[in-house]
Amino acid sequence: MALYYKSAKELAGMLSRREVSAVELTRAALDRAEQVEEKVKSFVTRTPDLALAQAEAVDRRRATGETLSSLAGIPVAIKDNMNTFGVRTTCSSKILANYIPPYDATVVDRLNAAGTVTVGKTNLDEFAMGSSTENSGFFTTRNPWDTSRVPGGSSGGSAAAVAVGEAVISLGSDTGGSIRQPAALCGVTGLKPTYGRVSRYGLVAFASSLDQIGPFGRTAEDVALALSAIAGHDRLDSTSAPVPVPDFTAGLNRGVKGLKIGIPREYLAAGISPAVREAVLRAVEVLVGLGAEAEEVSMPHTEYALSAYYVIAPAEASSNLARYDGVRYGVRAGEYSDLVDMFSRTREEGFGPEVKRRIMLGTYALSSGYYDAYYLKAQKVRTLVNKDFEEAFRRFDVLVTPTAPSVAFGIGQKTDPLAMYLEDVCTIPVNLAGLPGMSLPCGFAAPEPAAGVAGGGPTAGDGNGLRLPIGLQIIGKAFDEETVLRVGHAFQQATDYHNQRPALDAKGGARQ
Amino acid sequence: MQIRREDVDHVADLARLSLSEEEREKMTRELNSILGHVDKLNELKTDGVQPTFHVLASLKNVTRKDEVIHGLDRDRALQNAPSQKSGCFAVPKTVE
Repeated sequence: MALYYKSAKELAGMLSRREVSAVELTRAALDRAEQVEEKVKSFVTRTPDLALAQAEAVDRRRATGETLSSLAGIPVAIKDNMNTFGVRTTCSSKILANYIPPYDATVVDRLNAAGTVTVGKTNLDEFAMGSSTENSGFFTTRNPWDTSRVPGGSSGGSAAAVAVGEAVISLGSDTGGSIRQPAALCGVTGLKPTYGRVSRYGLVAFASSLDQIGPFGRTAEDVALALSAIAGHDRLDSTSAPVPVPDFTAGLNRGVKGLKIGIPREYLAAGISPAVREAVLRAVEVLVGLGAEAEEVSMPHTEYALSAYYVIAPAEASSNLARYDGVRYGVRAGEYSDLVDMFSRTREEGFGPEVKRRIMLGTYALSSGYYDAYYLKAQKVRTLVNKDFEEAFRRFDVLVTPTAPSVAFGIGQKTDPLAMYLEDVCTIPVNLAGLPGMSLPCGFAAPEPAAGVAGGGPTAGDGNGLRLPIGLQIIGKAFDEETVLRVGHAFQQATDYHNQRPALDAKGGARQ
Repeated sequence: MQIRREDVDHVADLARLSLSEEEREKMTRELNSILGHVDKLNELKTDGVQPTFHVLASLKNVTRKDEVIHGLDRDRALQNAPSQKSGCFAVPKTVE
């Protein structure tokens, strides 16, 4: 297997045994990007010079006999909404097209301390608002399994970069599913940690009560390695939780014997494609075969989570995005008559349609006369959604659901904003409750025909035998990422889905 | 609840967005469609339910010691400014 497709765990061993140098590994990832980036477009900014300098530094330190972190020398990609000192950080927005941060986000700081190698900043839906990267102000990232399809979003660039071998690990952010849904659509493993587990300092804010940073990797084990490096309290983020950080890799091999798994029936209801439903239920059988106990559970407020989210997230966004006024940073409009006109034109020219829609929605929901009817109501419904989780977690250790309702859809296929919002129907409740959730590959299915396209059942596909990855979501109790990761690791020890690699543009999804 | 075109005008003003005519028409339609979905919330009775503004119930009034710590240098703070003058951010004149 090519170096760039190996797991971080395996590469860490090779690096420490000096079977490969950090520079060689970095060159493998950079060469891979040279080869595939034109087709996939994962990156807004690539940083090969920085990467090689960091890799050389790691090799020098290792040569002196220094004991290094297991991530030292591992190529990582960072979503372009996390500040990187001296490296352009755009949020895939025209309004920040020229922004050079004067500081590092805490997660970047911690990865640097661990000796990772930054290969670039990845594409996203503008300000992380979207589920496909089609809302990027610059370009759409392609799904490596079929480049006519979306990689999911908003962290689509980070998911695609790991799926196609341009990075071994990447960071994303997740407000309503933005790590887990692209992980599902690109066939990689992605974790949204508990709210407060990872510092948000230096993450460009979207919806502050929901946003959380987390890693993508090829395995649950790699995700555990990355989480161990970035997690923990930070005095620069008052919402980071002052709780101890375990070594998330320590308990991975404990297995799932006797573990109680809940299957919320509302997550398998209408709107979930039959192929996804079957793959998820097969995955549960695998876990039961390994000694877990599974039982159905009802979470009656699930169907209200999406509506609550589309009040709360835009409300918080409208407030957070008020800072883009063309004064302290960002692109200022060229022509204006006075100060207020400068603000309004700067924002009109700098923001794309989805960002404007959410600012409008949020401003409306918070405006005089509507606050109680929308914002307060939504926050009360959030309490009811959270209570469903509280009750379920009295009986179960984890909950298992689909990550996304279907496999990757075509670029340009979802034009109605509401249809796009439904992509996150299985992931949004987890953000409202602040719980950890992980997506990992659990099967493959033929693409579904676009609505309105004649002919073809759910397995008809495109006639070329194209297979697209399906994601399984594992939801855990607050601050219990360990159990989520343990279930994921047990599943990956028993299955082979996570070892499949996209045969870029060679239709058929063959193994590499 | 229906959003009218004049609501969109008012909200665009509050949000400091100088939307075009076409955008205002489209926004009126789209916001009504989204809020139609949001109205589903009214199916639930929430009398006596406490709102959840954030999930970390144990965190209250996080403060730090009142001591001087080093922040951004002025030059770095100004490095991204679209316009600056005499070590300050520069904006159009607001007071005659």
